[in-house]
Amino acid sequence: MLRSMLRSLVPGTVAAVVLLGGGCARTTEHVVNVLGSTSIQPFAEFLAEQYNKKNAGRQVEVQGGGSTAGLQAVTNGLADIGTCSRALKADEAQQFTPTLIARDGVAIVVNPANPLNGLTTEQLRGLFSGRITNWREVGGKDGPVRPITREEGSGTRESFVNLVMGKERISPGALTQESNGAVKELVRGDPAAVGYMSLGLVGKELKAVSVDGAEPTAGNVLAGTYKVARPFLFVTRGPVRPEAQAFIDFVLSPEGQKILETEGLVRAK
Amino acid sequence: MKQDKAISVVLLLVALSAISGLALITVFIFKEGLPIILRVGGREFFLSSDWEPSAGHFGIFFMIVGSLAVTAGAMVIGTIFGLGVAIVLTQFCPAGLAAVLKPAIELLAGIPSVVYGFVGVVTLVPLIRTYLGGPGLSVLASSIVLGIMVLPTVTSISTDALQAVPRPYWEGSIALGATQWQTTHMVMLKAARSGIVTAAILGMGRAIGETMAVIMVAGNPRQIPHSILDPVRTLTSNIALEMAYASGDHRQALFATGVTLFVIIMLLNTVALVVSRRHAPRRGAR
Repeated sequence: MLRSMLRSLVPGTVAAVVLLGGGCARTTEHVVNVLGSTSIQPFAEFLAEQYNKKNAGRQVEVQGGGSTAGLQAVTNGLADIGTCSRALKADEAQQFTPTLIARDGVAIVVNPANPLNGLTTEQLRGLFSGRITNWREVGGKDGPVRPITREEGSGTRESFVNLVMGKERISPGALTQESNGAVKELVRGDPAAVGYMSLGLVGKELKAVSVDGAEPTAGNVLAGTYKVARPFLFVTRGPVRPEAQAFIDFVLSPEGQKILETEGLVRAK
Repeated sequence: MKQDKAISVVLLLVALSAISGLALITVFIFKEGLPIILRVGGREFFLSSDWEPSAGHFGIFFMIVGSLAVTAGAMVIGTIFGLGVAIVLTQFCPAGLAAVLKPAIELLAGIPSVVYGFVGVVTLVPLIRTYLGGPGLSVLASSIVLGIMVLPTVTSISTDALQAVPRPYWEGSIALGATQWQTTHMVMLKAARSGIVTAAILGMGRAIGETMAVIMVAGNPRQIPHSILDPVRTLTSNIALEMAYASGDHRQALFATGVTLFVIIMLLNTVALVVSRRHAPRRGAR
C-alpha cells in the first residue's frame, strides 16, 4: 500500500522539481526584476502585465517589500529597477539614478458631513500631532478630532510626515490603519475623523479638502500648487541593462503614462 | 509485519518533524528577538509606552496592557455565553434542539477571522460610535468580536466536561430533592470545574493570539487605553501591522514582541495545567 503510494508520488515530485528548476534557469537571463514600494507595486504590476503582453519573450517581474528594501535590492544586484514612493535622501541621491515615472498626491480626507473645505499645513500639523482636539479650533463644528494615520514604515505615512508634519510627531493616540482602504472605510463612517491617503484612491464617498488653498486635483499636483504630493520613482544604479531600459522607456512613453493616468496617478511631465 | 514497522517509523518521523518545527520557531524568534531586549534594556522595553522604531524608541508596555485588556474582555464575554450554551446543551435542552444548536455553534469556528473583523467594522463599530461614543474602534469592539470567536472552543470543551460527569452524581442530587438548577450549579458545575477552567484558558490562548480581526476593530493607536471605549493596540496586531516594512532594529523589536507574546502564552498554559491538576484529585474524591 505504502510502497505503491510512494511509487506513484516519486515521479510526480521529480517532474515538478525538474520543471520548476528548469523554469528558473531558463528565465533569469531575460527577466527584468522590479522591486520596492508597495504603493507603486499595483501600478508597476499593471504596467508589467501590459508590457509583457505586447512584447512576447520579454519578461518583467514586480515585487513589493518597501521603498528602502527596493534601494537595497538595487545595491545588491537583486533587482534591476528599484521603486521608491518618496524623494531620495541626500546620501541616496548620490548613489542612485532616479527616474520620475509619475506623481501621486496625498489627499487629506474628511467625512462628507464635515463642513470644512480647506485646511492649512499648520492646522494639519495641529490636528495630527494632537495639539488641536476640537474641530471648532479650525473653524469646523464643535466636536472631537480623530486623526487616522498609517502604520510605521508605510510610504504614504513617510511622505505625509515629510511634507506636512516636519519635525512634529504624529500623536500616539492617532488610530492606525494598515491600508488606504481601511482609512477610507473609517473616515466614511466617522464624522470626527481626518485621514490621509493616496489621491488616486479617494473615490466619491469622502471629501478631500484643499491644503493651503490648493484643491487636491491632478492638475494642481502637476502644476506644483498642491504641495502634498510625492514622486513615484524608478531607481537604478550604474549602467542599466538594455532589457530594463526598454521597460523604463515603455513606462515613460505616452502609452505607459496614459495607463498610469487612467489608474489615477498624475503624469510625470 | 514489515509494513507495520515501516509505517510506525514513518509516523514517528512525521511527529518528530512537527515538533522540530516548533523547536526551530522557538529558537529562531528568541535568537532574533532577545538581543534587542538586552540592548534596549528589559525595563525600558517592557515598561515604557513610547513606541517609535524609526526614532529608536522601543517600549511595548501599552501593547501588553492592550493584549491583556482585550483578552480579559473576550474571556468575560466568551465564558459567560460559552458556559451558558454548554449548560443549556447538557442540562436543559431537548435532544432535538441540541442537535441543531451544537453544530451551529461549532460552525462559528469555521468562519475566517477576517470575516469577523469585517462584520465588526461594518456593523459593531458604527453602533458603538453612535450609541456609546468614542471612535467605535475600541477595547469593547475587540472584546465582543473575540468573545464570539472563542465561543466554539469554550462551548465544546465545557460541554464535554459536563457530559463526562458520572450520571450517578446527577441522579443522587435529584434523588435528594435538589431542583434541576440546584443540581446544575451545586453538583455538575463543581464536578466539571477543571474541564471548564481548561476551556476558558484554551479560549484565552485563541483570543490573545488572534490578529486579523483585532487589527480591523481595535484602532491600533500607540497609547494605553483608559476606558473600554478607547482604541487599543495588541502585541499581535503590532507585529502584523509593521512586519512588511520593518528592517534592522525595528524588525528585531517585532521579534521581541513575539518573544513577549510567546512567554505570556506559555505562562497561561502553565497556569491552566496547574489549575486543572490541582482540581482533578478533588473531583475524584467527591
